[in-house]
Amino acid sequence: MLSKRIIPCLDIDNGRVVKGVKFLNLVDAGDPVENAKFYDEEGADELILLDITASSDNRSILFDTVKKVADSIHTPFTVGGGIRTIEEIKKLIQAGADKVSLNTVLVKNPEIISEGARKFGSQAMVAAIDAKRVGEHKWNIFIKGGREDTGLDALLWASKLESLGAGEILLTSMDKDGTKKGYDLELVRTISETVKIPVIASGGVGTLEDLYRGITEGKADAVLAASIFHFREYSIRQVKEFLKEKGVSIRL
Amino acid sequence: MIGIVNYQRGNLNNVYRAFTSFGFETEITDSPENLERYNGLVLPGVGAFQDAMETLKKTGFDTAIKNYIQSGRPFMGICLGLQLLFEESLEFGKTKGLGVLKGKVVPFQISLKVPHMGWNQIRFSKPSRFIQSDLNGESFYFVHSYFVVPEEKEIILSTTSYEIDFVSSIEKDNVFACQFHPEKSQKKGLKMIKNFGDACARYTSH
Repeated sequence: MLSKRIIPCLDIDNGRVVKGVKFLNLVDAGDPVENAKFYDEEGADELILLDITASSDNRSILFDTVKKVADSIHTPFTVGGGIRTIEEIKKLIQAGADKVSLNTVLVKNPEIISEGARKFGSQAMVAAIDAKRVGEHKWNIFIKGGREDTGLDALLWASKLESLGAGEILLTSMDKDGTKKGYDLELVRTISETVKIPVIASGGVGTLEDLYRGITEGKADAVLAASIFHFREYSIRQVKEFLKEKGVSIRL
Repeated sequence: MIGIVNYQRGNLNNVYRAFTSFGFETEITDSPENLERYNGLVLPGVGAFQDAMETLKKTGFDTAIKNYIQSGRPFMGICLGLQLLFEESLEFGKTKGLGVLKGKVVPFQISLKVPHMGWNQIRFSKPSRFIQSDLNGESFYFVHSYFVVPEEKEIILSTTSYEIDFVSSIEKDNVFACQFHPEKSQKKGLKMIKNFGDACARYTSH
């Protein structure tokens, strides 16, 4: 039976791990390679590296970080943040990323997913969606780190990206991110039941119960968390034992 | 020496480091001529079937790999490196594979999420000359939307359950190939790499 994936996320700023509270007020949480090795050793199912300030910055620091992380672990990992071109995708994959996560670029150029899927396989193309509640049962897509409303409906957008060849959706609730009040379960469940590809729930984890509810009520295929792991509030092992005990399919 | 076929689509360092971490002499090769020197060959899994097949043909690796396999020396295919061994794949329309093994590569048609992505267990159907039996039942990392359907059922080494039971690894004579990624499967995966590396080392001493 396929296990639910527990995925720590490293938010990277200029080659350092940070974690934003609602994408602001960054707190330094350390070196990416050391963090990645720690999670590899702990048995994290995957890792995600998100370059959060990258949109227009020099990418060489990121390529260098990706290479160092890839050379240090035997755990699959995704890299995202400010990726705009097929050339960048190629460089990141050559540096050792297993998958890339695309976000802002998709709004202007959704076909980049199709081109990437043809070159590198759908499994390497993660579509990141930052959604914010704009009404009852309605969420819109926000870009530029949550600063700009595109007016796109989250549900339709997720389906479109799936049909273009995305292999997975990384779904972040802008309302919940950094709050530690739990995932937007209605959002996660709605998207997860709409698309056929796996959905990673992100944004808002504060407790072990939040992760459990993301999987059971949210029907997420994977759950992402950052701060609860970085500040060692919980170990991966603790999270996994908790979920396993509650009957979730987990790899220990 | 163990060779890793480079088809210029991705980073093969993970496979490379997995072997070198156990002290196996290993190189990533761009040149089909080098295959003669190896007592172990790895065809890793990077990219899409059609694109990979075109690259193998263009570089001459297709013939070189087939000759290598015929020579009886240990061979390991990973993910796409397993799928490429078969006659054809239905990924992005019909594409011919290397045709070393009879059968084809087909998409999952199930109600569960596709790609099959994450950690899942393997169940051995027979003993292996490369992989030790203590890895039976362990979880490995998968990421794929297609799986192989061999015509010769006796080559099935393990199956994995994802709504259906699909073939997660095969073994025929000197050929071992798996759908999952041992190089991405932490400790158990590294153990499998070591098992194969040891088999290559034994082959030399013959």
